Amino acid sequence: MKTIKSIFALLALFLGIASCSDSTDDPLPVAENPLEEFNLTGSFEANGHALEIYSEQEGFVTGYNELFIRIKELSTGNYVSDAMIHWNPFMHMTDKTHSCPRSEISTTGDDTVYKGFIVFQMASNDDEYWELDLEYSFGGTTYTTTEQITVNAPSNGKRTVNVFTGTDDVKYVLAMMPLTPEVAVNDLSAVLFKMETMMNFPTVVDYTVAIDPRMPSMGNHSSPNNEDLLFDADTGIYSGKLSLTMTGYWKINLKLLNDQGDILKGEDVTEENEGSSLFFEIEF
Amino acid sequence: MKTIYSYGAWLGNLGKFMLALGLGLMPLSPQKAQAQEPILAPIIDSILPIDLKEVIIISSFNRGIEHKSQPKPLSTLDQYLESSKKVSMVKRGAYAWDPMLNDMTSERLSITIDGMRIFGACTDKMDPITSYVDVSNLSDIHVESGQQGARHGNVIGGALDMRLEKSNFRPLGWTGAVETGYESNNTAQIVGGELNFSNEHFYVDTDLIYRKSENYTAGGGEEVAFSQFEKYNLSTNAGYKVSENQKLLASFIFDEARDVGYPALPMDVSLARAFIGSLSWVQDSFIGDLENWETKLYANTITHIMDDSQRPDVPIRMDMPGWSDTYGFYTQTELILDDHHLIGKLDGYYNRSLAEMTMYPNDPNEQDMFMLTWPDVRTLNSGIYLEDKISLKESSVKLSTRLALQTFNVADDFGLNSLRIFYPDMAQRQTRMLKSVSAHYHRQFKALHFNGGLAYGDRAPSVSEGFGFYLFNSFDNHDYIGNPDLKNEKALEANFKLALPIKNLDISVEGNYFHTWDYIIGEVHPELDVMTIGADGVKVYTNLEYANLYNVSLDMAYQLTSELDWGGLVSYHRGTDQNGRNLPFISPLAYRSRLTYGHGNFSGTLTLSGALDQSDFSPDFGEDRTPAYTLLSLSLGKTFFIGGDTLYAKVGVENIFDRYYSTYSDWNNIPRMGRNFFMTLSYAIN
Repeated sequence: MKTIKSIFALLALFLGIASCSDSTDDPLPVAENPLEEFNLTGSFEANGHALEIYSEQEGFVTGYNELFIRIKELSTGNYVSDAMIHWNPFMHMTDKTHSCPRSEISTTGDDTVYKGFIVFQMASNDDEYWELDLEYSFGGTTYTTTEQITVNAPSNGKRTVNVFTGTDDVKYVLAMMPLTPEVAVNDLSAVLFKMETMMNFPTVVDYTVAIDPRMPSMGNHSSPNNEDLLFDADTGIYSGKLSLTMTGYWKINLKLLNDQGDILKGEDVTEENEGSSLFFEIEF
Repeated sequence: MKTIYSYGAWLGNLGKFMLALGLGLMPLSPQKAQAQEPILAPIIDSILPIDLKEVIIISSFNRGIEHKSQPKPLSTLDQYLESSKKVSMVKRGAYAWDPMLNDMTSERLSITIDGMRIFGACTDKMDPITSYVDVSNLSDIHVESGQQGARHGNVIGGALDMRLEKSNFRPLGWTGAVETGYESNNTAQIVGGELNFSNEHFYVDTDLIYRKSENYTAGGGEEVAFSQFEKYNLSTNAGYKVSENQKLLASFIFDEARDVGYPALPMDVSLARAFIGSLSWVQDSFIGDLENWETKLYANTITHIMDDSQRPDVPIRMDMPGWSDTYGFYTQTELILDDHHLIGKLDGYYNRSLAEMTMYPNDPNEQDMFMLTWPDVRTLNSGIYLEDKISLKESSVKLSTRLALQTFNVADDFGLNSLRIFYPDMAQRQTRMLKSVSAHYHRQFKALHFNGGLAYGDRAPSVSEGFGFYLFNSFDNHDYIGNPDLKNEKALEANFKLALPIKNLDISVEGNYFHTWDYIIGEVHPELDVMTIGADGVKVYTNLEYANLYNVSLDMAYQLTSELDWGGLVSYHRGTDQNGRNLPFISPLAYRSRLTYGHGNFSGTLTLSGALDQSDFSPDFGEDRTPAYTLLSLSLGKTFFIGGDTLYAKVGVENIFDRYYSTYSDWNNIPRMGRNFFMTLSYAIN
């Protein structure tokens, strides 16, 4: 490990020298893409515009997708600012069509970049597919387009979204927000929606998501000082603390409690019961 | 040139049968075989009666001929230590026993090699410092109880300083020796050799020893699986006289053990390796009236690889490597003014302790589970020690003090964040001030010697106690979590010794008492979930309000005739916390009785040793009642003169009745070695 560290240190030093010399050689400023560090997961051409969708992940995946949108005027190559954008994802199943939880689209610090999230409950397959309806308006004109998109299960196969019916007969969608896990106390966040209709998924407020992280490969042990996820009205997100005492595969067993403290879904982990039916998974 | 030469050979794999034959034949053949049996009478050094130190003479083979009290030049260092009156050993197998002084282990002791601080690299104490040296390169071990050991560091229980053997400019020319040995019980093979050159201006000593042992057999014939070990040790010492007054000294030790089994633990050690080096400058006179100025720079690095690859059945495979590097110095000088003998010493060390744990899931598609069990803790300790020995009429007083500053820095962010799971507000660095003061008094009333002392000292937590992360202790079957918020442990210590010679009988009574505030020990936290599969719970290091420890011993020596001596030792120990709860690893009443016969060239020793039932055991810390036991051992030695050469032979048998037993300090009650024959033969060409 020591050797690797010193190699990295040398490498960093080398890169440092290299980048210094670069900056003197190349004084010309380059037009920066504000979303350079993200992946372009889709680019749809319609109405003389290219709609670019960026994500941290590669492609659309089941679970929580934080997405950034830019609209490029193909004629000028300029990006449009101050547009209003609405979206509507549809899952065309063999027997029905439904939507999924998603946020409104808001502007960001850069006025050509818009942002929102979509929680896909399921992946596309040969017979069932997702479509994204986009309606955007600027300069007094409203445009619409519908594009088919592919939603994949996460490449590591770990569960980050749960669709379930609570003991109150309500159907819920609970999704973990992206997390870079570390051996430390991590900030864990999730979003919770109620499936009111096939198309309508309002945020559920003031419930509690109780967490119990376990390592099934290591005697199903837990970790100390975790904090259950509580609702924050300002962000609309459930947030808590997740302690991970080592690297590896962790199963975060969950229980959903309503504002009365009634358990709607999930079970305690005990000697007899190795895990809850409601859970997230992490591996690092 | 005087050459001392010894030759011997093992009896190979013919085992006990040949050994038994050899017992009869041995004086006729220049062969030597030996088995583990500590029948050593430690020699008490009392040049200055104020120093209540015990000196365990080890010395090398060639000097061993001069010391006939030496039982076996090639027994392990652990066995030498165990034969001492003050040191006891915690055993997790046949190798790397953990020394205890006044019922306290390494975190409360200072264990040094020629004054050098070294820290083991194993989170489970499988590599005490004593495992990185061997008898081949030591001359003696100085055992100083309580704050009398403060010269070497901040201690509560005392200090063990292992002194390297040096030719020390004696005009001996070239000397050499070859030694081999064999042990019957665990078919141990030992090969050793030394080659030294010394004259008045220069010396260089080299020693090499190799040991390989198979599993040993407990009393009754039960084989103790995973008790094998293999190790070798190479050491070199050199000195050069720059002038009559100035000396430059250097020492280097390389020690490597492989395939070490720990039958009492769930894991073994595939590699334990140490490089230990030092450079010293010694000057007889210093500035003004200051004399005996000695300055030493030293460095050592330890690699310790714990693994379970040899174990057939484990819930999960894991590797636990650890590293410990220490760099340090000291400089000391003496001043003699009328009735005062002053010593001043400045010292410092910097240690880096890092240990990892990687667990391999049974599902190969899963990621490895990794944690830092010691989060790269950097310890910096710098101290000053002052001592004054004052000679008065028929009495003397020794005053000493140490002041030190110790800082801890958790250098690895991964490790720091891990600990912050438990201690969210934990600082990366912390500094502690450590102090020690002691006063000792000696007075002679005619033949009666009285020694008494009062002392106060404190210590900082060890790396494991302060920063350990899920360290599994198989003794009480708990995972341990360090606690960076621990307070320093502080002890008030009182000790006395009365020695009274009555004609041929020497009686001495010795005792000490430690009242320790903020005694550091792990306490169960029931809300925490275990990490180790099968563990019973999690303990977090905590300060007890206080703990009391006392040790009393009665030592007698009686000269029956000019040839026959008797020695007896009875010791009693007790340790409790503020609620009267027993502390772990406290010896029950133990005794030893020894008859020694010496006439002309012949010597013999008959030893009876044992302990009473351990009634004051500590169930909270995984102890159960250890039953009483008694052992009988015998050894016989004879010197022959063949021409101008000397042949010294020693034969013996330990645990004559093949008792199956374990002691209070045997980890998880692993049984000790059963009946054991040994022989040694030393041949010196003059």
